[in-house]
Amino acid sequence: MERKTKINAENGKQELEIIREFDLPVDLLFRAYAEAEIVAQWMGTKVLKLESKKHGSYQFETTDRKGNKYGFNGAIHEFIPNRKIVRTFEMDGTPYGVQLEIYQFVPITDDTCALKMHVIYESSELRDQVLKLPFAQGINMAHNRIQDIAAKMK
Amino acid sequence: MNLRRDVFQAIADPTRRAILLLVASQSMTAGAIAANFDTARPTVSKHLQILIECELLRQQQNGREIYYQLNPGKMKEVAEFIEPFRQMWDDRFNKLEHIMKQYKQKETE
Repeated sequence: MERKTKINAENGKQELEIIREFDLPVDLLFRAYAEAEIVAQWMGTKVLKLESKKHGSYQFETTDRKGNKYGFNGAIHEFIPNRKIVRTFEMDGTPYGVQLEIYQFVPITDDTCALKMHVIYESSELRDQVLKLPFAQGINMAHNRIQDIAAKMK
Repeated sequence: MNLRRDVFQAIADPTRRAILLLVASQSMTAGAIAANFDTARPTVSKHLQILIECELLRQQQNGREIYYQLNPGKMKEVAEFIEPFRQMWDDRFNKLEHIMKQYKQKETE
């Protein structure tokens, strides 16, 4: 069964919600956020540090195809196994500021669960910029593809 | 259905995309918009005209000034902005689900 990700982002607000249901027991979903080895797999990132506990912190490093490195980091403010994580998130060297992330892990049945991600940004303008990142990248990629094709036709 | 093609044409151009991002937060005059670009003012005007024809932008008379704003009646465009963001998370979560199902099998074995 296909389960779709839902985004709630009201106009002019500095927050958004990401909601998704999984065909997984809630403890397995939680492990995907708590264990470094698993985070590395699905996020496609190197986990330099992940202290899954209150007052812990984390540091990820992602390398793109060209070899450019991007750093991510944050501090963990609340860590309740199988229920809740509150943490900050920051992309190193970008103007997007620090965002506060509240994760709620909700069991539905023994084998299904939901993730509710509440993300609060420093301002509504910053939220919109982050929201538009994949949009802008997608359009740039489409544009580059068109240019590639045009170049070959010359 | 024409609308969809027009919207796509409008956002396929980098300058028009930049104009949309500019006026997304506040309505602006043509002069204020043009001040953000190195391009000649008539070129920016042409882009504005296309965006209006595509109904992505709306003109509003305010005294002697004409302000350009995103057409608020069309949430469709907002959804277009958000869709790639949603898709990115959907892809990540699909991967997460796929990987964790393998862990689930290991547990039950």
